[in-house]
Amino acid sequence: MYKIIEKKVLNKDIDIMKIEAPLVARNAEPGHFVILRVDKEGERIPLTIADIEGNNVVIIYQKMGYSTQLLGKKEAGDTIEDFVGPLGQKAHIRDKKHVIGVAGGVGSAPMLPQLKAYQEKGVKISLILGARNKDYLILKEEYEAICDNIYLATDDGSEGTKGLVTDVLEPLLKEDDTIDHVIAIGPVIMMKFVTLLAKKYSRSIDVSLNPIMIDGTGMCGNCRVSIGGKTYFGCIDGPDFPGEDVDFDELMSRQSYYKDEEHVCYLRLKQ
Amino acid sequence: MKNIKPRLKVKEQDPQKRNMNFLEVALGYSLEEAKEEALRCIDCKNPRCVQACPVRVKIPEFIKLLLEDALDEAFDKIYEDNILPSICGRVCPQESQCEGACILGIKSEPVNIGALERFVGDYGMEKNLAEASKQIENKIKVAVVGSGPAGLANAASLRKKGYDVTIYEALHDYGGVLKYGIPDFRLPKDIVTHEINNLEKMGVKFVKNAVIGKSITIDQLFEEGYESIFLGSGAGLPSGLGIPGENLSGVYFANEFLTRVNLMKARAVPDSLTPMKLGDNVAVVGGGNVAMDAARTAKRLGAKNVFILYRRDRESLPARFDEIHHAEEEGIDFRLLENPVELFGEDRVVKTVKVEAMKLGEPDSSGRRRPLPTGKYKTYPIDNIIISIGQKPNPILKDNTMGLETQPWGGIITDEYHMTSIPGVFAGGDVVTGAATVILAMGAGKDAAHHMDEYLQNKHNV
Ligand SMILES: Cc1cc2nc3c(=O)[nH]c(=O)nc-3n(C[C@H](O)[C@H](O)[C@H](O)COP(=O)(O)OP(=O)(O)OC[C@H]3O[C@@H](n4cnc5c(N)ncnc54)[C@H](O)[C@@H]3O)c2cc1C
Ligand SMILES: Cc1cc2nc3c(=O)[nH]c(=O)nc-3n(C[C@H](O)[C@H](O)[C@H](O)COP(=O)(O)OP(=O)(O)OC[C@H]3O[C@@H](n4cnc5c(N)ncnc54)[C@H](O)[C@@H]3O)c2cc1C
Ligand code: SF4
Ligand code: SF4
Ligand code: FES
Repeated sequence: MYKIIEKKVLNKDIDIMKIEAPLVARNAEPGHFVILRVDKEGERIPLTIADIEGNNVVIIYQKMGYSTQLLGKKEAGDTIEDFVGPLGQKAHIRDKKHVIGVAGGVGSAPMLPQLKAYQEKGVKISLILGARNKDYLILKEEYEAICDNIYLATDDGSEGTKGLVTDVLEPLLKEDDTIDHVIAIGPVIMMKFVTLLAKKYSRSIDVSLNPIMIDGTGMCGNCRVSIGGKTYFGCIDGPDFPGEDVDFDELMSRQSYYKDEEHVCYLRLKQ
Repeated sequence: MKNIKPRLKVKEQDPQKRNMNFLEVALGYSLEEAKEEALRCIDCKNPRCVQACPVRVKIPEFIKLLLEDALDEAFDKIYEDNILPSICGRVCPQESQCEGACILGIKSEPVNIGALERFVGDYGMEKNLAEASKQIENKIKVAVVGSGPAGLANAASLRKKGYDVTIYEALHDYGGVLKYGIPDFRLPKDIVTHEINNLEKMGVKFVKNAVIGKSITIDQLFEEGYESIFLGSGAGLPSGLGIPGENLSGVYFANEFLTRVNLMKARAVPDSLTPMKLGDNVAVVGGGNVAMDAARTAKRLGAKNVFILYRRDRESLPARFDEIHHAEEEGIDFRLLENPVELFGEDRVVKTVKVEAMKLGEPDSSGRRRPLPTGKYKTYPIDNIIISIGQKPNPILKDNTMGLETQPWGGIITDEYHMTSIPGVFAGGDVVTGAATVILAMGAGKDAAHHMDEYLQNKHNV
């Protein structure tokens, strides 16, 4: 059992939670993730490690469906059943001069430790945060502490540019040739289009892939992704990969294979 | 030689009923039946069966005790060599081990050693015969990585010798393949749980959700005061076919399929949160135990047409004899000498498998006749395909442990004492041999425990 030390609601859909898990905290690095089960009957879901504080691990999750909703019903002092990590390869912190992060929605959570690692290396950092509306722009304060420039984009224009993150990114890549690397974390469709732009303007790009996972130890093969025609396991080879040759369409299809069943589980929770 | 009675059949669930449930297929002997079958053993002076058992269970001796109604003693006799008789009796490939060598097999059928071992094992389990007496404590800490049969056997042996043993397991449940791989209809999960509980009662400590190499490294285990470490992390990483279309939706590796059903209890939505999506037409690629388990599980989940694609002939199928036989009875279709070469999808969901007809050529390095392509192709419509063609060790320990030497395919290299390239670190089971059997993994765990004890005693006595 793992104790919830603290919980904060960031907005209607997103919570931040601090969980006591010394075995996860001990060796965790930016880019690593955990797999948790809320209760004894729970499914195993992966979440990125957003931060480490001593023996505690910080996660930020969007209440998408059954399991994340269930997690959202827990409060400080409650416990969750299983919490294992750190899993995956740590993020590639490359030798770069000016990195631009592009974070969509809850993607701003996994982005934070990566940009922090770049900042500690003295790399210049720009960031584009995109969300549905201004309530969904999370972690702005944390980012203000480490970024040189922050650009905001919302679907409805309630804050920052009205439009997509790619609308903000394209002119920056065109005009600012000091930017030598892009990191995109968010919905697959967003990462796909950010990758296309990075390729168009000849910048290197890292993305963080989120295939469906079960064990997270290379055992089930559910998490496989195609990159340049080769198969990789998201959980042990990733989740971060260079974006250029990722088959994003395949990933989207594999992610949605269970959507009807997920919906049924979700409806059950509502009852 | 006197006239030998035929082997007494074990009662089984009716194939047409059992292919719709997950209850155990083989019902096992009653005491009377067990004794009747035991009478067939002629108590050989030089029992060939014992030589052919990887852990040398004293077969004629336990059979004799069974006949004398000394069931407690029969259990103890088996337990001297095999701490998991209920499990091995059910899943050992007996036809190529103990029973394959039984002298009766020459003129008639071998003694049903597996069923007798199961009977005695289950008896012992019910009576809690394995419950440990008080241990001597030597206060030396050892760590075991992985809770499959190799790790369990290693831990039990070391604990009996008085060591302070902790098992670290990556998953949220213990037992390795016994829990997440082999389905209930062959090995009910409460048997595995019972064995785990027994170890717990013996004083073995269990830590779940601990991926060694990630959560704690080997170096950190040594820093924490563990003086020797056993690696029994198995061969969990599934191999792919490497054919076009393999990553389409609806294409499963057997491990995913079996893990969803066994470990995550996927049955029908909405009863499980980790559901299993399966259409009417399901192909299973491979001919081993894993393939049989996948096919029979698919049938039980309601798939109408389940067929096995195997590139050699029936005689070459590596699965246990019983499993092939049971699969056939349950309506699994065997399409032999057929090899999948490409998968086609619609909207990125698999719809068709293209197979090439094969023929058999000269024997290859495995001694089996090599399958050769013929250039003749067929296609079958499918809703899902389950790939079960082999597993190798996952790279987590190798990648995160400096100085741990491995084979090119990932297997950990050990010397004749089961020690790895790192002093004090031993290994055994599938992580050393590649995917093998429960009893070989168990035997390796036990042997390694013996050498770990020697190593530690030497270390403490100088
Ligand atoms: C490496 C990795 C890191 C992630 N980090 C974060 C994070 O920091 N914050 C966050 O909010 N989300 C993160 N996710 C996504 C998160 O795992 C899913 O949102 C969650 O599993 C949804 O489960 P659900 O039951 O609430 O929703 P469901 O209704 O079951 O699913 C909604 C969608 O989530 C995805 N999903 C469902 N089950 C799984 C699963 N077992 N594994 C992966 N994806 C699944 C599918 O695309 C599905 O369509 C990460 C995913 C991965 C693979
Ligand atoms: C579906 C299926 C059916 C089978 N049927 C039969 C059969 O009928 N008869 C038979 O004899 N054999 C059968 N086998 C083979 C048999 O199960 C294996 O040979 C045996 O389980 C190997 O035991 P092991 O202890 O080496 O590894 P495993 O049983 O694989 O256990 C290894 C354990 O280590 C854990 N682990 C891995 N990495 C780490 C890490 N870094 N840190 C912590 N823990 C870790 C894993 O999660 C797992 O629990 C079957 C296998 C499968 C998959
Ligand atoms: S352990 Fe396996 S091989 Fe040995 S006697 Fe028992 S069933 Fe036969
Ligand atoms: S070989 Fe067969 S008959 Fe002889 S002791 Fe073994 S089981 Fe009995
Ligand atoms: S999540 Fe199972 S292999 Fe990656």
